[in-house]
Amino acid sequence: MELNFFVDYHRCIGCQACVQACQECDTHRGVSMIHLETIRRADSVQTAPQVCMHCADPICARVCPADAIKKTPDGVVQSSLKPRCIGCTNCVIACPFGVPRYTVEVDQMMKCDMCYDRTSIGKKPMCATVCPSGALSYTTLDDFRRDRRGTPVNEWVFGGETVRTRVFVVVPPPTEQMLIQLTTAAGGGAGPDTPADRDDVASLLEGR
Amino acid sequence: MAKLPAQIPELVDAFGPHAHYVPAGGWSSVGDPDRVVKTHCCFCGQQCGIQLKVKDNRVVGFEPWEEFPFNRGKLCPKGVKRYMQDEHPDRLKSPLERRAGQGFVPISWEAALERTVREIRRIQQEHGNDAFAILSGASLTNEKAYLMGKFARVALRTANVDYNGRLCMVSAAAAAKKTLGIDRAANPWSDICKAKVVLVAGANVGECAPITTDYLWQARENGARLIVLDPRMTPVARTADLFIPVRSGGDIGVFHGMLHVMIQRGWIDREFIAKHTVGWEQLEEVVRKYTPEYAAKIAGVPPSLIVKAAELWGPAPTSFVLHARGIEHHSKGVENCIAAIHLALATGRIGREGCGYAMITGQGNGQGGREQGQKSDQLPGARDIENPEHRKIMASVWGVPEESIPHKGLSTVPLVEAIHEGKIKGLLSLCFNPTVSLPDGNYVREAFERLEFYTCIDFFMSETARYADLVFPGALLEEDEGTTTNVAGRVIHHKQVVAPPPDARHDWRIICDLAARLGAAEKFPYQTPRDIFEEIRVATRGAVADYSGITWERIDREMGVCWPCPSEDHPGTPRLYEDLRFGHPDGKARFLPVEWRPAAEEPDEEYPIVLTTGRVVSHFLSGTQTRRIGALLDQYPEPRCEIHPRLAEKLGVQEGDFVKVESRRGAVTVRALVVRTIRPDTVFVPYHWPHDRSANNCTIRAIDPISNIPEYKICAVRVSKTTAPDDPLSRLSSEAGGVH
Repeated sequence: MELNFFVDYHRCIGCQACVQACQECDTHRGVSMIHLETIRRADSVQTAPQVCMHCADPICARVCPADAIKKTPDGVVQSSLKPRCIGCTNCVIACPFGVPRYTVEVDQMMKCDMCYDRTSIGKKPMCATVCPSGALSYTTLDDFRRDRRGTPVNEWVFGGETVRTRVFVVVPPPTEQMLIQLTTAAGGGAGPDTPADRDDVASLLEGR
Repeated sequence: MAKLPAQIPELVDAFGPHAHYVPAGGWSSVGDPDRVVKTHCCFCGQQCGIQLKVKDNRVVGFEPWEEFPFNRGKLCPKGVKRYMQDEHPDRLKSPLERRAGQGFVPISWEAALERTVREIRRIQQEHGNDAFAILSGASLTNEKAYLMGKFARVALRTANVDYNGRLCMVSAAAAAKKTLGIDRAANPWSDICKAKVVLVAGANVGECAPITTDYLWQARENGARLIVLDPRMTPVARTADLFIPVRSGGDIGVFHGMLHVMIQRGWIDREFIAKHTVGWEQLEEVVRKYTPEYAAKIAGVPPSLIVKAAELWGPAPTSFVLHARGIEHHSKGVENCIAAIHLALATGRIGREGCGYAMITGQGNGQGGREQGQKSDQLPGARDIENPEHRKIMASVWGVPEESIPHKGLSTVPLVEAIHEGKIKGLLSLCFNPTVSLPDGNYVREAFERLEFYTCIDFFMSETARYADLVFPGALLEEDEGTTTNVAGRVIHHKQVVAPPPDARHDWRIICDLAARLGAAEKFPYQTPRDIFEEIRVATRGAVADYSGITWERIDREMGVCWPCPSEDHPGTPRLYEDLRFGHPDGKARFLPVEWRPAAEEPDEEYPIVLTTGRVVSHFLSGTQTRRIGALLDQYPEPRCEIHPRLAEKLGVQEGDFVKVESRRGAVTVRALVVRTIRPDTVFVPYHWPHDRSANNCTIRAIDPISNIPEYKICAVRVSKTTAPDDPLSRLSSEAGGVH
């Protein structure tokens, strides 16, 4: 059974166990490849972990002029190949998930490779092993569907472009695709359903 | 006498805290470790299983331990980075003696032990046995906790021995004992997953017991509804089905209000109450007046939230109550916990799968640490020091006359007050950093300055160790072997992973050496921690916390054994009260007619804001360990004052401004974190930092009359915008209490 990576943002407690553990991974020790985003601390304690989504047709690889980004047969997109990477940061700009980072010290793009040293020998990725809330998990789709209520989704529509990823995100049913409205997403105005109001303790106390 | 021997910046320079970033062997160390040792985290009461990698007798990294059932490889950031303290440059490696004006200088073990014994004898001869006190800790193994109690009562014969679990679990312990009869979580954590409604009261689970988050979610995936009580919207509260932003100290309003509604709607198990409990009528009489409106005034929340909580809780087929310091750290902490436990008892939902109650123990060995007899009122096995039968049993185990065992001594806060008043002249402490962790920090530091003699055992120079005449370098948990008892009463085995540095010593060895020099060698003949554990098995036989059937082999084979375990063929007891016989002599649980009452210090015109304190995920307790681990420090480098934008606006405070948070006792100056996730009448400051960054400068030295836990969760303060501090202490690095 194929093991898959699932991200359930709802569960994230922002503890950074993933960030700390990623730094301990043997292939890139001392450097963490996972990003933990604090959404808007002034309004909410919501946080969101971001691993590489491992696109079926990775945009980072497509835009790489040096052909430095490779995908393994089992669908894992690797960090740039050191001899080839020219540090142009095309991948950094192109990735719709904001995953690759150019690391000055090694003059190379590095990113999450789903702990290939671990997953390729049947272990779980470090972050999905330690995550205390289960926001990150690595299991089969069948097991996931048995244990969880949310729907795993791995199809993203960015405007006119559809991206399929190896990593699933967990959303409430009946969502089947993640529709990203690029024009409104950038605005971020405080509508009635923004965290700004939902998580405002003063509002709760007023019975709103 | 024991004023600091040098300026704080000089002491920090010599002994830290210094944030340390690079693991032993460096980040790029390659090659397989010499060995990988399965053991447990040194920090909180969850006691997660973890594997430590060892190379050249140094801990060089970690690997998750997925087979250990409690956490199945899961860890919080503290667990991940715990290995970094082993080869820490601040590590104390030889005994030190204070030199006024100079700081500390190394001395030999021989001289250090000899002087300690000489001072103990002098003080006890001049002022009586009780003038020398012991303060120890709840992060100690069972073996060391047992040893500290025995050392106090047998070698020193002082009544004054207490431990820092006094700041942590004692309200929960007393409440569980009073209602259910046994001081222990009633259920294994797996029962949380089977409950259809879970109430989390005053527990910032996501930050203080992160592993438990997954248990809450497993329950929710099974259809459970989650109710959270907290003055702040914590990470777990954010997604709860019902979040009740209760005013600090208003919890009884919610619990009694829920009970009131449940009685009205018929969601009470009257058959269970009649058969298995005592005291219901008196409680029913009390909660009669706790209408949702009345209760809501106490709780400081809209009545509708209390009704909703009752509607979720009342009719559920199964349920689980979890609580922690948020309701326990009060001068009515015991009553708060009793009122929470009532919700399980009134519905008869206890003692079976998916039905129960647990306190979320905070410290590493919070559970075992209080059972082994280092608590001022207890003897090993959770026995009562004033119970003649219990005294007789321990006298025979120890081979001493019963009358030689001191009676109940002072608990931590009164003990420090006795130091302040000059009644206690000498102190030996282990695993305790009271000048950061006790309330009313300025008073506590004054008390420590008044000690005639103080020996401190620690592996780092904690802020409190700076007051010592002698500092003994002890051992880290991974440099020693022993057992702890986790949050659910499961006794587990910490392996020795590496040896201590050459001139540091195992804590138990230091205590045994002191005992021998005090003429009690034959009572402390232990060659290994296991010898002590074997004595614990004998000492606890027949007691409530019965370890007699637990062996280290069984712990390893069975991944821990839950007490009570009265014989080697007994499976242990993961779930208490399955036969619905409770721990009282008549087998019946107790309802107690507790009433809400105000805190020792409520806000007023002069000090109009509630200060509540607590922890952040990357730090542990007084921070003496986690402030030294760079990766954990960077995650939360300095304390910040959480303040709601409405209050901030009133005070003219903006995000990032420095604010002075000031009570009648002291002040802290920290940056403001303006967030809508806190009640507008309350500010929050985490307490892991020292000096002018210590939230405990403000907190009040008021204690619960039963448990003697300090009221950390509510005191009155005023908050004002201020300029960036610029003094020697503020210029220290963040880990040492500076601001940047």
